Amino acid sequence: MRAKASTAPLHPTVVLWTAVGLIGFVLLPWYGLRDNFFTLSWLFDGYPFDDNVAPALFLVLQGQKLWLAPLGILLLAPLLLWRRKKADPYFGHLLIAVGAAGFAYLMLQGFGIGLRGFQWSWLTALFGELDDRQFGMGWGALLVSGAFLFLCTLGLAGRGAVGGDEFVVGSIGFIVAVVGIFIFMPIVQMLGSALVTQDGNYSLGVFFAKLFSSRLWGLGCVSGGPRCGVAWNSLFLAVLVGLLTTALGLVFALVVTRTGFRYGSLLRALTILPIITPPFVIGLAIILLFGLSGVITQGFSDLFGLQPTRWVYGLPGLLIAQVLAFTPIAFLVMIGVVEGVSPSMEEAAQTLRASRWQTFVTVSLPLMRPGLANAFLLGFIESMADFGNPLVLGGNFDVLSTEIFFAIVGAQYDQAQAAILAIVLLFFTLAAFYAQRFWLGQKSYTTVSGKGDSGIHPHLPATFRNAIYAIAGLWTLFTLLIYVTIFYGSFVKQWGVDFSLTFDHYVESFAVGWNQFGIHWRGAAWSSFWTTMEIALISAPLTAAIGLLTAYLLVRQNFRGKDAFEFGAMLSFAIPGTVIGVSYVIAFNVPPIELTGTGIILVLSFIFRNMPVGVRAGIASMSQIDRSLDESSLTLGANSWQTFRKVVLPLLRPAILAALIYSFVRAMTAISAIIFLVSAQYNMSTSYIVGRVENNEYGIAIAYSAVLIGVMLAVIGLMQLAVGRRNIGRRHMETDLSQSRTNVGVAGAG
Amino acid sequence: MAEIKSNAASVEFRNVTKVYGKSKVPAVNDISLFIEAGNLVTLLGPSGCGKTTTLRMIAGLELATSGQILIGGADVTRLPATDRDVSMVFQSYALFPHMTVRENVEYGLKFSGFSKKDTADKAKAGLELVGLGGFGDRLPSQLSGGQQQRVAVARALVLEPQVLLFDEPLSNLDAKLRRHVREEIREIQQNLGLTVVYVTHDQEEALAVSDRIIVMNNAVIAQDGTPRDLYDAPSSAFVADFIGEANIFDCRITDVAKDVATVELGPLSLKLPARDQRPGPARLAVRPGRIELGSAGAPRTLPGTLHKVTYVGSHLEFVVDTEFGAVFAISTTVDAQFEAGQKVGVGFCEHGPVLLTG
Ligand SMILES: Nc1ncnc2c1ncn2[C@@H]1O[C@H](COP(=O)(O)OP(=O)(O)OP(=O)(O)O)[C@@H](O)[C@H]1O
Ligand SMILES: [Mg+2]
Repeated sequence: MRAKASTAPLHPTVVLWTAVGLIGFVLLPWYGLRDNFFTLSWLFDGYPFDDNVAPALFLVLQGQKLWLAPLGILLLAPLLLWRRKKADPYFGHLLIAVGAAGFAYLMLQGFGIGLRGFQWSWLTALFGELDDRQFGMGWGALLVSGAFLFLCTLGLAGRGAVGGDEFVVGSIGFIVAVVGIFIFMPIVQMLGSALVTQDGNYSLGVFFAKLFSSRLWGLGCVSGGPRCGVAWNSLFLAVLVGLLTTALGLVFALVVTRTGFRYGSLLRALTILPIITPPFVIGLAIILLFGLSGVITQGFSDLFGLQPTRWVYGLPGLLIAQVLAFTPIAFLVMIGVVEGVSPSMEEAAQTLRASRWQTFVTVSLPLMRPGLANAFLLGFIESMADFGNPLVLGGNFDVLSTEIFFAIVGAQYDQAQAAILAIVLLFFTLAAFYAQRFWLGQKSYTTVSGKGDSGIHPHLPATFRNAIYAIAGLWTLFTLLIYVTIFYGSFVKQWGVDFSLTFDHYVESFAVGWNQFGIHWRGAAWSSFWTTMEIALISAPLTAAIGLLTAYLLVRQNFRGKDAFEFGAMLSFAIPGTVIGVSYVIAFNVPPIELTGTGIILVLSFIFRNMPVGVRAGIASMSQIDRSLDESSLTLGANSWQTFRKVVLPLLRPAILAALIYSFVRAMTAISAIIFLVSAQYNMSTSYIVGRVENNEYGIAIAYSAVLIGVMLAVIGLMQLAVGRRNIGRRHMETDLSQSRTNVGVAGAG
Repeated sequence: MAEIKSNAASVEFRNVTKVYGKSKVPAVNDISLFIEAGNLVTLLGPSGCGKTTTLRMIAGLELATSGQILIGGADVTRLPATDRDVSMVFQSYALFPHMTVRENVEYGLKFSGFSKKDTADKAKAGLELVGLGGFGDRLPSQLSGGQQQRVAVARALVLEPQVLLFDEPLSNLDAKLRRHVREEIREIQQNLGLTVVYVTHDQEEALAVSDRIIVMNNAVIAQDGTPRDLYDAPSSAFVADFIGEANIFDCRITDVAKDVATVELGPLSLKLPARDQRPGPARLAVRPGRIELGSAGAPRTLPGTLHKVTYVGSHLEFVVDTEFGAVFAISTTVDAQFEAGQKVGVGFCEHGPVLLTG
């Protein structure tokens, strides 16, 4: 033990969080404000006495919201620790008690007392009718809950949890709290609201009737009827997409790593394109090519005198669009895994008389199993959650995600119906998640020993190589065709009718003018464009931070309950964006957390949708950094926060950048979650574009998409400049580096 | 009960050169060697000298840039690994993690046209040979490092290859186990009469197990001979220093008669085997253990001052300053009374000094 020089009578961290809590309680408005907090306009709205902007203390002093008073008393309790050491059992016990009680009470009063007094009848039974009400929590409440949370974790650290490390315990507490509040709680509330009927009663009967309705589960298409249930449609499509994208991802990964193909980087670049394209844009391009007035359809009908049909609307079109859109994700997962199979495994197989093909089938492929499972799961979830493509291409082939959307925004506004559909969706993805774990089982897929041989991956047998070249070539051509279509389409007056070239669409959406105030963003798209940029730029660093912190805890720390923590984090990967969107609408529309219509809800949904990306990027690169590095820093007297900041973070720079950019890109292209969350004030590019498509204004939609793609290309280019090129000659790569990648995917889902 | 037999064959390199990709310097430069059937030959040398490359060329995992490789007299230069009758034990063992120990051992047999029964029998015999009869159903991840290593050996052995290759097979084991396993490997090799090519950069290991050692340096062969040859008659300062330790002295050959050279080293005049050297400046090597320290001014010694004495348990180590530079010596009589600063005479045992040829 190093002797600490500090002799402060009160532990500095206790001072910090008590102060934060008191500021929240005494100074800041307790409830949510109508305007942006940071404009500080609330200071002039009768602060601190007016109900709407008053801090909790002032409310209580004025005899209102008296149930808030205990919080203030609890916040003063840490002062009892005056002159007590952290090692003193009393220190830990008191803080745990204060923190836990305060946090629990805060939540309880928040959920218990809402817009119509007591929310739960047992509270009414206990205290009688309450003729007061409260709104969503604001900054004051936020600070106070944070203070209680961290006082509690500090107490736990004081009692010796995780070696008494305040930073680690605090981080764990923080992650658990935010994941609990922003992922699991909304889903639980969604489950709850599935039981509520249109007229506000609870009914299991109605719930089951809806859950097992033939609209969902009908088997009409098998027995000769017109169509099958929505659930079957979604499942069938998702399985197909999962299988095809995995297969194609594998093909590409093999082309790049096992054939001596020289233009691998070109192929990689090409696969980036669909990632930075809002997925439904591909659906749009498919319509332009194969739709009723699509060029290829028209060409065929002219050539062969066939009647153009709407064949592409429905399963075929959806399949094409989703496979094109999600193959790159599978590729990114597969490439790591394919490279990660230790070459000496394959070389060993060869010296054991296995031919190249036998080596591939008996050794390489089985070792890629985790990657295959991962890629399938991602493709499956992406397809399940995809909203844009079914909307533009679905035709009569209804799927869950669009059905959910229409239940929420449609005429009937049936929250319970949406919740039930979302439950079915969630059930499928979680089932896939479990199936994946089951399939991987207990077997080990990573090489077992430490020091490794170097070596090179053997090439594939020639016939097999030619086959995958052909597949990859076709895919490449098709992708290029799609992008040429998008690019060209944005300059065409009206596709299918008038192919003359024009700038009209760009002018209409992105015109800039001058007026007496300076630049005037005249184009119709600017407002949503800037909102999107703003939200994406705010959420990207937060996503990266939370993701990397989680990764750090998972890779570098051991604590009780880590398995559960890891499982929870992994589980959240399997929640489709659509489900997040619906659950946010349901959960954050009412106090205690009232966020609908704000930009915050968009930021939050992005953070928790894209967190998996940050976690995965962090895990991937953190397991490559030798643990002894941070251990040596720790033994040199740095605490774990200093170690994280001084040692781990700098080494993680590439991962940070990757996570940043990736979450930025996802925020720019996402549609499935935010379509439920946008508002007139905060409209996002993607939902704006989908709106144009619905109005058949394809020109504008495509022009806008082209601009988005351009912006993101520029961002990715900047990233490449910032990170620089890394040379990964096989010979110079530590083998355990590649091994560690075997179990790690790249992209997130949603 | 199936038995593991040997199909040992010889290995020959004729002017083999390997240049990797676009690299300008060859990793192996114009090497010729011959390994007799049934011998265990070690490739020894510092890191990066081309040992692994040589081994991989025997296995067929790398193809030679030029030259000829023969196994059992047949030219295999262009044959890929699959078609060569050679097995290899990898440094990382390269056990297939998704297969049990038995499946690992059976793996190669399956592709060699054995019946199901033969495959199972041979695998069993192989595992028993390495003392892992009861471990067939475990996964490699459930074995200790030493056991994994033995599985890798069994997996290679059961194919009864013409040549068995080991690339630093012991580097992942701890010191004690290393000694034990290397003796086991040697025993199996001798019992079955296998041709084994063994890569290591541990000279003690090489001396202990080999019939012959090929010392490599900078992509060429520095010396090729039995352990005793290399130790007692190193050809170059590099070999003398790499295998054991040696004091190298600049000296002068004054006269050569009937393969006996007269060598002058300061006040000393030595009669040594000439090893084809001519009169003129030369160098000689003396092992630290073949130096005797006597009292100052004793006949047939070099004068020197004892600079350092270190007691290391089994022996004493000395550093003596002489006009020819620092001399390193060891003495097994630990009770001798020597102190730093003392004047001593440095003498050589019979057969101690050797003229270097390279
Ligand atoms: N695949 C490769 N590409 C380019 N150069 C290589 C490759 N493999 C080996 N080399 C180079 O060839 C030389 C010989 O390498 P080799 O692996 O044979 O050394 P080694 O004697 O086995 O060394 P060590 O004892 O460190 O294993 C080295 O300079 C190495 O850098
Ligand atoms: Mg080597």
